[in-house]
Amino acid sequence: MVEYQTYEHDVLVIGAGGAGLRAAIEASAAGVSVGLICKSLLGKAHTVMAEGGMAAAMGHNDDRDNWKVHFSDTMRGGQYVNNWRMAELHAKEAPDRVRELEGWGAVFDRTKDGRINQRNFGGHRYPRLAHVGDRTGLELIRTLQDHGIHQGIDVHMEVTVISLLKDGDRVVGVFAYEREHGRFRVFKAKAVILATGGVGRAYKITSNSWEGTGDGHALAYHAGAELIDMEFIQFHPTGMVWPPSVRGILVTEGVRGEGGILRNSEGKRFMFDDIPANYKEQTADNEEEGWRYVAGDKNARRPPELLTRDHVARCINREVKAGRGSPHGGVYLDIAWIKEKLPNAAEHIKRKLPSMYHQFMQLANLDITTTPMEVGPTTHYIMGGIRVDADTQASTLPGLYAAGECASGINGANRLGGNSLSDLIVFGKRAGEYAAQFAKENRHGSIDSTLIESEARRALEPFDREAGENPFVIQNDLQDMMQKLVGIVRLEDEMKEALDGLDKLKERTAKSSVTGNIDFNPGWHTALDLRNLLTVSEAITRSAIERKESRGGQFRDDYPDKDPAFAKFNVAVKEVDGQMQISHEAIPEMPAELKAVIEEMG
Amino acid sequence: MSEATFTIRRGGRDGGEMVAYQTRVTEGMVVLDAVHQIQAESAPDLACRWNCKAGKCGSCSAEINGKPKLMCMTRLDTIDITQPVTIEPMRAFPPTKDLIADISWNYEVKKRIKKFKPRPPDAADGTWRMQQSDVDRVQEFRKCIECYLCQDVCHVLRDHVKHDEFIGPRFLVYSAALEMHPLDTENRVDELKDEFGIGYCNITKCCTKVCPEHITITDNAIIPLKERVVDEFYDPLKRLVRLFRRK
Repeated sequence: MVEYQTYEHDVLVIGAGGAGLRAAIEASAAGVSVGLICKSLLGKAHTVMAEGGMAAAMGHNDDRDNWKVHFSDTMRGGQYVNNWRMAELHAKEAPDRVRELEGWGAVFDRTKDGRINQRNFGGHRYPRLAHVGDRTGLELIRTLQDHGIHQGIDVHMEVTVISLLKDGDRVVGVFAYEREHGRFRVFKAKAVILATGGVGRAYKITSNSWEGTGDGHALAYHAGAELIDMEFIQFHPTGMVWPPSVRGILVTEGVRGEGGILRNSEGKRFMFDDIPANYKEQTADNEEEGWRYVAGDKNARRPPELLTRDHVARCINREVKAGRGSPHGGVYLDIAWIKEKLPNAAEHIKRKLPSMYHQFMQLANLDITTTPMEVGPTTHYIMGGIRVDADTQASTLPGLYAAGECASGINGANRLGGNSLSDLIVFGKRAGEYAAQFAKENRHGSIDSTLIESEARRALEPFDREAGENPFVIQNDLQDMMQKLVGIVRLEDEMKEALDGLDKLKERTAKSSVTGNIDFNPGWHTALDLRNLLTVSEAITRSAIERKESRGGQFRDDYPDKDPAFAKFNVAVKEVDGQMQISHEAIPEMPAELKAVIEEMG
Repeated sequence: MSEATFTIRRGGRDGGEMVAYQTRVTEGMVVLDAVHQIQAESAPDLACRWNCKAGKCGSCSAEINGKPKLMCMTRLDTIDITQPVTIEPMRAFPPTKDLIADISWNYEVKKRIKKFKPRPPDAADGTWRMQQSDVDRVQEFRKCIECYLCQDVCHVLRDHVKHDEFIGPRFLVYSAALEMHPLDTENRVDELKDEFGIGYCNITKCCTKVCPEHITITDNAIIPLKERVVDEFYDPLKRLVRLFRRK
């Protein structure tokens, strides 16, 4: 008999980043009991890494902005395979969600007339990102945390979920372990919200922390829920490339929003060479106009460095492959040049981009106020995830909800910078609200104890095996392979090779072993995370093979163009009899009034 | 490329020992990289906390050669690696395992501090107006990543173990961020004096020195709070007024 402690909550939230915290606050406010599971300590989730800001069409810096412009920017950036209803809700509700944060103590940067200041970002027509220097994510998570701790939420820190527990089709709880002593826990819940973030650790070069192992994606998948759009991975154009140990760490898009420009080794501003047709009208065609836009001229169009992330990342990749890269395999991102335009440029940069300044100073011995940075693409975000209903965030399984990065729909084929933080608070709130409602309408389900026994045995297997491989080595090999074979530029043959590689990695994982005892044992934790990483890697690869075109975060060298036939559906994966089954989910027809909005906005 | 020795605390709550590991050192490496390399090569059960690896989450706090630092922001070329480098958990809190300290006390303390209470909105749409110059000071405090290195170095906690009477620099900064928030209407001065033990701080500024976010903890947060306590409780005129009020 396996030993475990049992906890009971009306609503259980898994994940304590922006979406999870916002969901927990909302559910708690609705009067149900709420448990919040954090993989790390409270306040340390990956949301703290978000830098640039949260997009909300408040129109403080340009009163031409409104939800319609934001909606059409989001759809255009996502190449029209987004869930249009989510994009609509997001554009309409983000301003209220941001203002609400101010009422909870958030301190945003201010405009001259004392309102929340908004900055430029890629793909957004007007200055739209509410921000706090370049540490907006920290402000968001701390505001939600400091508000949430007074709401009577039960917080379970350093607890990791191993599997979802079901009663028939309905999700009724989770099986988990706490890190310090490796003890098992069973959480019974009337409704469960997944808010576990992304999958970046499937790749070698990533901006994601160790937690980004696709837990929510894999938990939902193995419970029988549907995932969509898994082929759409966002490679952020600007990650650090040197020194090697910091490769992949994020350099905020805010650098470009404040006037930073990209140059190749020949000193050429290469982004002017390749402006996609559907952005031509909105994009500056000379350097002078680009600067005027950054400096706030409302009649200027934005510089090509602020095109969408998928495009900028591919341009950088092209420059490096063509031999025009920097010494360490990136290109140059230069913010120091603005001293030609601003009298107190160094102070301005330090004030607007303080953590970038410190990050480069401390980790790379480089002063960004005088010297260009070397940057290159880094795995940053997955647009794909758990398929949810736009209004309620309900997954395809009763009792299971998802919000934030692990849910899918709002971003389509490519996410605009700044839309992530606003996604977290808009849909975190909705998930909390509807999960609480479901909890009020349903009783606790019953949990099969034999399932708990078998899950516990499976979790402990790595301790029973001797002289197996170190899970860290397998994880490294997986990351190398995904980076090489299912990265920014994809080919059918390479991805099929990756599927074979995944089979071999699964076999190796099944034989891996861990040493030491069960107390806070990172080797064991990695062994358990590997199952999730392998699942999401397979979903990414199979979906990417299925989409035989290039769109947003998916670029196929063998199908380099967009194919209108693929604009009509999302690729979905589901577990059927232990196998990954692929299907096409037709995208519903957009209502006439939203079509009109898109036409009106051009 | 060279080799270096890292002497790392291994063991649980009941005690531990320093164990030496050798690993190779490459350009630009930080201490956390060395710990990860050791995990992958020879000690997969070596416990340490980390998340962002960019100085933004405050998870990997430790004592490197006896100095409180973030492991992810400490480059090996800034310390002497010709000698063994010691890495230990923060000492102001009980050790949990290896490099991990039990910092749960901090979460309990935070809950005891009264939450943000804004004044009514300034505008009809429910929003407020604040100038940048009004929020600059609070924004400095809100840079805090809760690494608790300031708590670790504070002698009131570390040496005198006054955890029951003193909330430490981190929560004085947190209190200051609330007290100096332009919209806040709450008053926390009573408890700063009586329950939170602000008087214990004798402004040695060790906390300011170790802060990875370069928050001027003592000068900008603690001293102004001390002044508020003094104004409130020790101003002779106000004392007189209080005396009469009580009657």
